Amino acid sequence: MKKYLIFALCVLATAALFGCTPKAQPQSNSPTEESSSKEPVPPVSAPAGNKDVILATTTSTQDSGLLDVLIPLFEQKTGYRVKTVAVGTGQALAMGERGEADVLLVHAPEAEKKVVVSGAAINRRLVMHNDFIIVGPKEDPAKIKGSRSTVEAFQKIAKAKALFISRGDDSGTNKKELELWKAAQIEPKGSWYQESGTGMGQTLTIASEKGGYTLTDRATYLALKKNLSLVILLEGDKSLLNVYHVMQVNPEKFPRVNAAGGKAFADFMVDPETQKVIASFGKDKFGEPLFFPDAGKPDIY
Amino acid sequence: MDLVVQGLVKAFRLLLSGDPEVLEITLLTLRVSGLATLISLFLGVPLGLYLAVARFRGRELVVGAVNTGMGLPPTVVGLWVSILLWRNGPLGMLGLMYTPTAIVIAQAVIALPVVTGLTMAAVQQLSPKLRLQVLALGASPLQFWWIILREVRFGILAAVMAGLGSVISEVGASMAVGGNVRGYTRVLTTAIVLEVSKGNFDMALALGFVLMVLTYSITYALTIVQQRRRRW
Repeated sequence: MKKYLIFALCVLATAALFGCTPKAQPQSNSPTEESSSKEPVPPVSAPAGNKDVILATTTSTQDSGLLDVLIPLFEQKTGYRVKTVAVGTGQALAMGERGEADVLLVHAPEAEKKVVVSGAAINRRLVMHNDFIIVGPKEDPAKIKGSRSTVEAFQKIAKAKALFISRGDDSGTNKKELELWKAAQIEPKGSWYQESGTGMGQTLTIASEKGGYTLTDRATYLALKKNLSLVILLEGDKSLLNVYHVMQVNPEKFPRVNAAGGKAFADFMVDPETQKVIASFGKDKFGEPLFFPDAGKPDIY
Repeated sequence: MDLVVQGLVKAFRLLLSGDPEVLEITLLTLRVSGLATLISLFLGVPLGLYLAVARFRGRELVVGAVNTGMGLPPTVVGLWVSILLWRNGPLGMLGLMYTPTAIVIAQAVIALPVVTGLTMAAVQQLSPKLRLQVLALGASPLQFWWIILREVRFGILAAVMAGLGSVISEVGASMAVGGNVRGYTRVLTTAIVLEVSKGNFDMALALGFVLMVLTYSITYALTIVQQRRRRW
């Protein structure tokens, strides 16, 4: 009788142990292995002690696929393992403020400055930019195409009470959108203004399904375009610039922060070689780059 | 509908080609959810047996809590476990946040009430005369528990299936405490969420099929055992 129970337990146990592949390598191109077999150059800075780096970043860098390219490069170069936590910029900054991350890659300049002033983050550096765009259904019910400015477009949407899908998640894009409503002197409210409470990819899908307008970063839009019935209706306005900064979480304030790892990643992001990779990322797939490298340029944001 | 077909085709390709990343994610899912279910069994079965038989003041409160816990929202568990495991949290020095171990802990918490509750229910369905009979025949406490355990073994198997099913399919806790780190804490459910937000619906569907095939295979094996001696 008990045989059956034991057998059942065994099934479960094997299931559990089966998964116990010896030291599952962090990634197909494990940093140590690659560097020993292919690269004659020793790792730039062999990590002493903690080799895990927690990167808190926005969904756009992950959903666009940029991090899938950059992180293996960084791991191979330095031997660190990056734990990417891709959340909205609001949450990423909050993680930094609580010392729960080592390095932040975010895109909400105003909010970032506050975190630096508070002392939670240091060494804020310009990495890259792309731009926000306003997308919507081809029919363009609020007739925003051809608007001279974002403010005008937003005013038209509000006036026509045309459906607008907001991220509503305190992300960088959401912060930007609220800034723009404020500039247009409109308090977005009513049944035409809906908050999805999800990431950019999901929000674009919702806008596409419901035939609404939304503000998106260009990278995520291009990456998802094949599934969307949304077209670009406004672009190129100065207020639509989307700027990414990298910051290290202050180890003096949070002793458990992996200071060396955070610094290594921040340095990597502004390294000329990485910047070249950023510049070419997406060209083959989308015919145009998704991000424009900015490291070393005067930071006016 | 094209999408479903594409997803199925992709799932077959993934399974046949043995894509290393998908394989790794699948193995991690098995390992994490399997371990979590095992832990919940070792804690939940004794607890369920005890709660079914014991008489103490406030028992209903505890039983009510267990029954409520069977529907514990994974996101809430994820949040609580995160707060405990964060670097600056009470267990921060263990450095468990964003590791597979953190997912095991959270999932064990999710499965525990399920296993406890179903074990308890199985025991309570036994005829109360059994207790008297066993004790009257002079069974030692150890023998007594062993007999009860034997009588409810099929109920416990149901508890195993329900527990495993609840953790292998949850995403909220794995995302919160694991962080969906590629090659390290990415399990099937969090990978599906990511592929959806990347707009790769066919890949998301394919991973969904892999997850369902996996769950079905395990559950089927357990069901075979459970149904071998059916009386109805």
